[in-house]
Amino acid sequence: MDDDLYRDFILEHYKRPRNFGELEPHDLDAHEFNPLCGDELGVQIRVADERIADLRFNGHGCAISQAAASIASEELIGMAVKEAAALDADWLLELLGINISATRRKCALLSLKVLRHAITGEGTWPQDATQGAHPDR
Amino acid sequence: MASPNGAATELDIRADFPILTRTLRGRPLVYLDSSSTSQKPESVLAAIDDFYRAHNANIHRGVYPLALEADALFEGARERIAAFTGAPTRSTVFTSNVTAAINLVAYSWARTNLRAGDAVLITEMEHHSNIVPWQLATQATGAQLRYLDVGEDGTLSLQQLDEELARGDVALVALAHLSNVLGTINPIAEIVERAHSAGALVLVDGAQAVPQIPVNVSEIGADFYAWTGHKALGPTGIGVLHADSALLEAMPPFLAGGDMIEAVERQRSSWKELPWKFEAGTTMIAEAVGLGAAVDYLSALGMERVREHERELVAYTLTQLGALPGVRTYGPPSPDDRGGVVSFVVEGVHPHDVAELLGRENVCIRASHHCAQPLMAKLGVAATARASFGPYNVRSDVDALVSAVANAQKVFA
Repeated sequence: MDDDLYRDFILEHYKRPRNFGELEPHDLDAHEFNPLCGDELGVQIRVADERIADLRFNGHGCAISQAAASIASEELIGMAVKEAAALDADWLLELLGINISATRRKCALLSLKVLRHAITGEGTWPQDATQGAHPDR
Repeated sequence: MASPNGAATELDIRADFPILTRTLRGRPLVYLDSSSTSQKPESVLAAIDDFYRAHNANIHRGVYPLALEADALFEGARERIAAFTGAPTRSTVFTSNVTAAINLVAYSWARTNLRAGDAVLITEMEHHSNIVPWQLATQATGAQLRYLDVGEDGTLSLQQLDEELARGDVALVALAHLSNVLGTINPIAEIVERAHSAGALVLVDGAQAVPQIPVNVSEIGADFYAWTGHKALGPTGIGVLHADSALLEAMPPFLAGGDMIEAVERQRSSWKELPWKFEAGTTMIAEAVGLGAAVDYLSALGMERVREHERELVAYTLTQLGALPGVRTYGPPSPDDRGGVVSFVVEGVHPHDVAELLGRENVCIRASHHCAQPLMAKLGVAATARASFGPYNVRSDVDALVSAVANAQKVFA
């Protein structure tokens, strides 16, 4: 199959996500949804010296949303909080290195949205997350 | 076309649907998302095209011959659409879709009739379009919103219905005739009878039922019955509300403006008679003509035949999908109790990924909460994958579905 999306490392991260679970105590947290398919993602962050000292995602969803969170988590731990808050869609999409259709962007970018929410208190979609909902009627 | 199990001739009307000739990298289009929207036969496309090419004029205004033609086509379509569902023409109102039809009732009837102390009773299997309008209407009037449970087998409990009705406060029961997620066919005439005995009105969301099973609105006896054109082989942008004419007479207009008035003075106006009182502004003329052609097509096929065909497809799907390890299907176990809808989950593969992988094989299914989040919560899932049928589907579509699901499992193995 022409598999641009479901590469082995994506499936690997989906099946065995890194840095998933609960982090207690934590300093920042947030919870977000992807209305398209009901993906759900939470994050808990411990901050030390203005850096992300540790971080855990939790939730459930499609391979793209869960793998994206797992892959992002490995880069986020140790990053300055300010820097993390400014990350854009391109950062994550380049990190994933896969070809994601417009309707699946939100799946991938949910991890950035919940991260922004935890840090800034506002859960905004990173730019270029195109709306892909298919209402039933 | 003989079916693989040697049964009699299978209904095969694929040639009537131009879109079904589309291919993706050589693979035929396997369209299994008819509960979202149906495909359209050539006759519907031709009727809409012909209207715009040869008969287009505004309705209810002109006296020239072209306008009279448009009038006749529009009102003629209404007559055939009403007859298709066994409803009087006079109380068959065109709306833009089911959501608009339900909102018409939620604004025009509910906000003038519900009081604090009243209850609106809906069910856990409702589409958001039959939940959210009632949340707003009950909040606006101080009435209560209550739910009937969906049982393990995907059905409602008539005993619970009776218990709710016995509380004496239910002003309206609003429910789906056929569930867009579980496929459950609710015993709608029985529910209407019990509700009426308790003094409650009934609104039925027939969005899924009208395209899938024979529906006779007069026999069902609901006070409001709403359905939509685009799921019934017709165009988007047109819905239908059948209602008790005495109720419609008593209700204030919903949307106000042009075409729905009899006379306009500076400070007040009077309304046209039914059904036009509820059709403000230039309405969906070509869409009505298209829907008229759609019900002609369905009538010629025969809804009994459509129903039997889809029942067989569902039976085959439940058997074939159920034979795959790690696949779970939802809804009533017997195909006799359900319409052409099969929701399922594949262990270890999120529904969204199932749909994406199937899409690569040109197998089109839906994966989401299906605009029924309370039901998803009840089932304990965030989403399901859903295959839904139209009369143009055939057994080989089911084979393509099952094969593609097995391939998706391999990717995630």
